[in-house]
Amino acid sequence: MFSSSIVRGQWSTLMDISQLFYNLLFDYTLRTVALGSAILGIVSGALGSFAVLRKQSLLGDAISHAALPGIVLAFLLTRSREPVILMLGALIAGWLATLFMLNVIRTTRIKDDSALGLVLSVFFGFGLMLLTFTQRLPDATQAGLDKFLFGQAATLLQRDVVTMAIIGVLAIALLMTFWKEFKLITFDTEYAASLGYPVRFLDVLLTTLLVVAIVLGLQTVGVVLMSAMIVAPAAAARQWTDKLKNMVILGGLFGAMAGVSGTLISGSAEKIPTGPVIVLCMSAIVLFSMLFATNRGLVWNWFRNLQNRRQLRAQAVLGDLNTLAMQHPNEARGHSSAVLRAMSTNPEGVSLALSQLKEQGLAQELGKDAWALTQAGLDEAGKTEEKEA
Amino acid sequence: MSSAQIEIQIIASIVAVACALPGVFLVLRRMAMMSDAISHTVLLGIVIAFFVTKSLNSPLLLVGAALMGVITVVLVELLNRTQLVREDAAIGLVFPAIFSVAVILISRFAGDVHLDTDAVLLGELVFAPFNRLKLFGMDIGPEALYTTGGILLLNLIFVIIFYKELKLATFDPALAAALGFAPTVIHYALMTLVSLTAVGSFDAVGSVLVVAFMIAPPAAAYLLTDRLSRMLIYSALIGIFSAVSGYWLSYLLDASIAGSMATMTGASFLISYLFAPERGLLAQARRRQNQRIEFALTMLTMHIANHTAAQEAEIENEVIHLNEHLKWTPQFAMEVVGTAERAGLVTQRNGLLTLTESGLQRANQEFSN
Repeated sequence: MFSSSIVRGQWSTLMDISQLFYNLLFDYTLRTVALGSAILGIVSGALGSFAVLRKQSLLGDAISHAALPGIVLAFLLTRSREPVILMLGALIAGWLATLFMLNVIRTTRIKDDSALGLVLSVFFGFGLMLLTFTQRLPDATQAGLDKFLFGQAATLLQRDVVTMAIIGVLAIALLMTFWKEFKLITFDTEYAASLGYPVRFLDVLLTTLLVVAIVLGLQTVGVVLMSAMIVAPAAAARQWTDKLKNMVILGGLFGAMAGVSGTLISGSAEKIPTGPVIVLCMSAIVLFSMLFATNRGLVWNWFRNLQNRRQLRAQAVLGDLNTLAMQHPNEARGHSSAVLRAMSTNPEGVSLALSQLKEQGLAQELGKDAWALTQAGLDEAGKTEEKEA
Repeated sequence: MSSAQIEIQIIASIVAVACALPGVFLVLRRMAMMSDAISHTVLLGIVIAFFVTKSLNSPLLLVGAALMGVITVVLVELLNRTQLVREDAAIGLVFPAIFSVAVILISRFAGDVHLDTDAVLLGELVFAPFNRLKLFGMDIGPEALYTTGGILLLNLIFVIIFYKELKLATFDPALAAALGFAPTVIHYALMTLVSLTAVGSFDAVGSVLVVAFMIAPPAAAYLLTDRLSRMLIYSALIGIFSAVSGYWLSYLLDASIAGSMATMTGASFLISYLFAPERGLLAQARRRQNQRIEFALTMLTMHIANHTAAQEAEIENEVIHLNEHLKWTPQFAMEVVGTAERAGLVTQRNGLLTLTESGLQRANQEFSN
């Protein structure tokens, strides 16, 4: 009886999952939102890689907040709620904010963190003022402007997704066209300048692309959480590779994964906003990467450290056994582990090290608790001594 | 002015000063973005404390929020210490994740209580005067006045008592550590204050305004003075100015008070950025212009001194020829000659320039350099 209910439980989970994928393929809203989130993830992941490498991780935070007054002003001036027009406003505001920030850093002693916080809060506050001002105008057709605050992925239309796709493809194409130049100014600006590349122009172009990526995501995840979509995919991708190309591709992939899985999770339950779920999925990917990424991951690192320590411990005991063998040149006799413990700086590790050496065929147990090196062990110790000398 | 209007301005001014005090140290210690992170993550502390106490007025909310602020700082530092990401990326990873959890919790479980993300982010100062505090049945003023006032007092006491320690840990952490001042303790104490200030103030003014008040006035003051004590005072004054003028701006436009005040902090910074006596953009431009003229005056005296004895003095030292010999535009040449005459470095006769005594001295001094 029990087992049958468990089976039924598993079966229904399976049904849920297949239902989810069915919805993904055939449910209009879900498919649209998932596609939009995926595009957003790819573009922000790819461009975020450059931002993170250029130590501009928090620039995304500032730009996305700074876009708000642009959106409201675009509406105030044109009285249109076309996403393209609002996005254009956001683009201009985000770009002006970036420029202002860079100028403050360049011309005063104010550091980048203060400049970021300043631009972020002041532009956002200004946008808020304009937004509330607009809401109190007599012909208040502005409903929907405040969805940019937190993003409402569910309101994405197919038209929006097509727009996002076109802009995204353009951004990625530009990125690929100027790949070599962008790579150079990311890693060595001075060298790029000395080669005669227009560094300032490239800098502005790359920043503009970043602004485009951010504005693209505002409608889906909103102002507050957009910064995570810039930083997180790149930070996760960085753990897996040391190559820029792989990092950009992986970043895009991680971003898309988070976008789609976040959409699916929030679509499968009631009252769960999409944007925050996407961000949490992305955070989970980051956590996994930091722990388990080959080469840089914390778990592998810990494991490698452990192995190194064991290796060093065995080496030390090997050296001690060799010293003992030198002191008794004429007889092949064993030495008790108590002697070795007395010689060692790490007495508790001696017996482990001995069994390790025995396993490697470097030491042998002549009698009960009588340890000596094998011929291979003697050779090994000789080699180490030569190296040290 | 109605009493509600006065009360709003007083509360806003208190918040401004309370934020400016820790804000100065955030700006100087290059940790300004920490205030942005903390002002977002305290939301999760409030939400969890709310689920535990089932009340929005419990003091536990304040404790939970402050604790979450410190947890944010610890998480950022842990992440930083793995050396897998840089510090700015660490901040950008931690706070959106924590904030997302808070937003999801609110929209899933707390949809019907008065705890919505808009209010937390944007604040509702308009309603502050309606929430009265009653003592023995007597109305002793709006509640926000006392919470923000308490936080201001706390910040003030902390900064006054630990002024020396804060100063040293900010400007020379290595020396502070060597002298046994425990910069880490100071650091965490400061971060706890930032969390408390963020949560205590954003109940009244919203988290965006907290960030604006913590960063913009100190950044403006940073351009006005080189002394820490003055920077603290200027920041407080700029904060109060922004609060009061921002209130009237919102009154004029019938717009969000928090947004208008944040706008005014930005305007204050802009004024300081442009007109600060020594570090402002205009002062910088004027200084560059002066240096250009000064350099040109020296060039002129050296040029004339070079050709005084020679035969070619007549053609070389004529005003109309300066543009080709020194590569100056005619206008600039006229300006420099005019300034030089007024400064008593040269005299002009029939368009021919000769050095005065002090002009010759200046040229010779430059030659001997």
